[in-house]
Amino acid sequence: VSPTLVPLVVALPLLTAAVLAAVAHLAHPRFDDLVAIAVSAAVTVCCVLLVFRSADGTIHYWFGGWKPRDGIAIGISFSVDPLAAGIAALAGVLATAALIVCWDYFEESVPQHCYVLMLVFLGAMVGFALSSDLFNMFVFFEVMSVAAFALTGYRIEQPSALQGAINFAVVNSIGAFMLLTGIALLYGRTGALNLAQIGQVLARDRPDGLVIVAFTLLVVGFLTKAGAVPFHFWLSDAYAVAPAPVCVLFAGVMSDLGLHAVARTYWDGFSGALGADAEALRAVLVGLGVLTALLGGVMAFVQSSLKRMLAFVVVSHVGLFLAAIGLLTARGLAGATVYVVADGLVKGALFCAVASLARRIGHTDELVSHGLGRAIPVTGSIFAACGLALAVVPPFGTFLAFSLVDRSAGAVGYGWLPAVLVAATALTGGAVLRATGRIFLGLGPRRDELLVEAPPGEEREVRPAPRAGALLWLPALLLLVAGLGLAFTPGLPGRAVQQAQQLVDRPAIARETLHGITSPTPPDVSFHPPGESYLYAALSVVAALGLAWCGLYWRRLPKRAAAVARRVAGGSLRRLELLHDGVVGEYVTWLTVGAATLGALFAVLIR
Amino acid sequence: MSLLPYVLAVWIFAVGLYGIVTSRNLVHLVICLGVVQSSTYVLLLAIGYRTGKKAPIFTSGVPVKLGAVDSVVQALTLTDIVVAVTVAALLLALVIEIWKRAGTIDPDELREDRS
Repeated sequence: VSPTLVPLVVALPLLTAAVLAAVAHLAHPRFDDLVAIAVSAAVTVCCVLLVFRSADGTIHYWFGGWKPRDGIAIGISFSVDPLAAGIAALAGVLATAALIVCWDYFEESVPQHCYVLMLVFLGAMVGFALSSDLFNMFVFFEVMSVAAFALTGYRIEQPSALQGAINFAVVNSIGAFMLLTGIALLYGRTGALNLAQIGQVLARDRPDGLVIVAFTLLVVGFLTKAGAVPFHFWLSDAYAVAPAPVCVLFAGVMSDLGLHAVARTYWDGFSGALGADAEALRAVLVGLGVLTALLGGVMAFVQSSLKRMLAFVVVSHVGLFLAAIGLLTARGLAGATVYVVADGLVKGALFCAVASLARRIGHTDELVSHGLGRAIPVTGSIFAACGLALAVVPPFGTFLAFSLVDRSAGAVGYGWLPAVLVAATALTGGAVLRATGRIFLGLGPRRDELLVEAPPGEEREVRPAPRAGALLWLPALLLLVAGLGLAFTPGLPGRAVQQAQQLVDRPAIARETLHGITSPTPPDVSFHPPGESYLYAALSVVAALGLAWCGLYWRRLPKRAAAVARRVAGGSLRRLELLHDGVVGEYVTWLTVGAATLGALFAVLIR
Repeated sequence: MSLLPYVLAVWIFAVGLYGIVTSRNLVHLVICLGVVQSSTYVLLLAIGYRTGKKAPIFTSGVPVKLGAVDSVVQALTLTDIVVAVTVAALLLALVIEIWKRAGTIDPDELREDRS
């Protein structure tokens, strides 16, 4: 295995960003764009190579050759397994697509900072995905965050963009400080920053108060980035104002990285100490996931601004993944990872399509754009296909992943979980399908008092161009094809389960990381979705189409049903919407209350 | 080992959070964020502190066997400070732009502009 590839995927984008920042103003205006696209494509290729190279065994890369001695790790390492490398590859693909969209997207010539920031963002995301050292995770978390804050506030002439960036920055920074406090406590207890070594020390004793506090702080820090309820309030403000190509990366991979970190921290670090209380932990994590999935789904369904709608789609699907990871099984982890990649490609395609729509008609609001999308049928078809993919239409990638989660839930006594998750996939798919019908087919009325209007100043995206170039919709199409086609990789779910089985075996990971003793690979697994999963998927697709129809034509429903819809939208949904009012102090209050509640739950249920 | 630095770290974190939650001015809010972050410095240094040990500066004149406080947490604290400066600079730049465009930096007034 060529180990140089491992640091290269982080160093290449970071170094290029530095060079571009220094010299790009001397070169041709398109120079930095081309270099950035080339570099992110190269990172993607390297990450895909790493997926295959690490399939035979996790690659441990120790920076500067500081390998552990006598089981003590002083050096800093990247641990590359196929699942982590897969998420890094996802970041690479999405960054490439986003940069290609950027080429035609901005009306004025783009200052080079956009490309520099995108490359820094990419490097940090890849580093975060591969890092197995807690403090390095914190540093990459912060580098990723700072680049993301700056990209969110990129349209500096709009106060709403600045406000979105500030909300994002304040809430995420507090999350990061909680993370750092947790890391400091763990270091004080274990004397280690390497996750495997932390896991070894913690596994010796029953968990005490300090371990539970540290675990809570780490989980809250990562979930703030992921956007789980009630840490998600910043997310819709930030996504609504960030340029659409930037949202491709936000929605497709940034949120999911938070969950990847939760999984890695739990399995490598805490599963030895908290393993005896897995039942209680499972209840809390799955509960939080279900709450997030449903709240996000409902909120997505009532938005008329496409970007806010997709922001809540992201929240809802973060809930799905959290519930899947929270099952604390290898199959759940495998399902969540395949889901993250397939769904990330689809959400990336959706935001590319939003960019294409915005460039063509100048708006991203469903009601304002009523019927205007007829001129761009390709984008419309992409929207419709993405809506169906969100509603887990078989036999594509999202369906396979859903099926893995479904089987895993049944195995640990959570047989009711898939039925609840179907509600979330139907709501998010339905919301996108409704918007597709209204914008691209001109269905439904032009006004709808049940939908939440975007705050003024958010809806204008870019000045419309006479025609949308292929560079705008082609990346969307390619991402969609990749997202759907992922399912046809031979043996994908079986391999994912096999890899996940290795990742949840903490003692084996610790032996391998700290002592270099490799364990035998578990036997091949094959997985075929059972009939029951097809039933759930059919239910989800039918419900999504039904919800989309109801969203367009709720006035045609029987009088009583329409009255109920009106009452719900005007009452409880309105109150829910008012919570997302953009005041950062309130968001921080929710974050604090959420962290305290989660900590109290862990403290009561564990031990 | 005294409990005081740990209590102090929790106190600073809580005070900073209180400031952020009740802030009526975005500059004040950014400074409060810095206060929250300061608690992590105190915590990190407290964790690495060893009573009676010297600063971890090893030069030819100082015998290593005397021991020193933990240098790892000091490196972490330095990194943490770099992060804090970056975030604060970026946030303050955003606040200046908000002031230029909206004419106010009170979060509540900005909300009224929105709705």
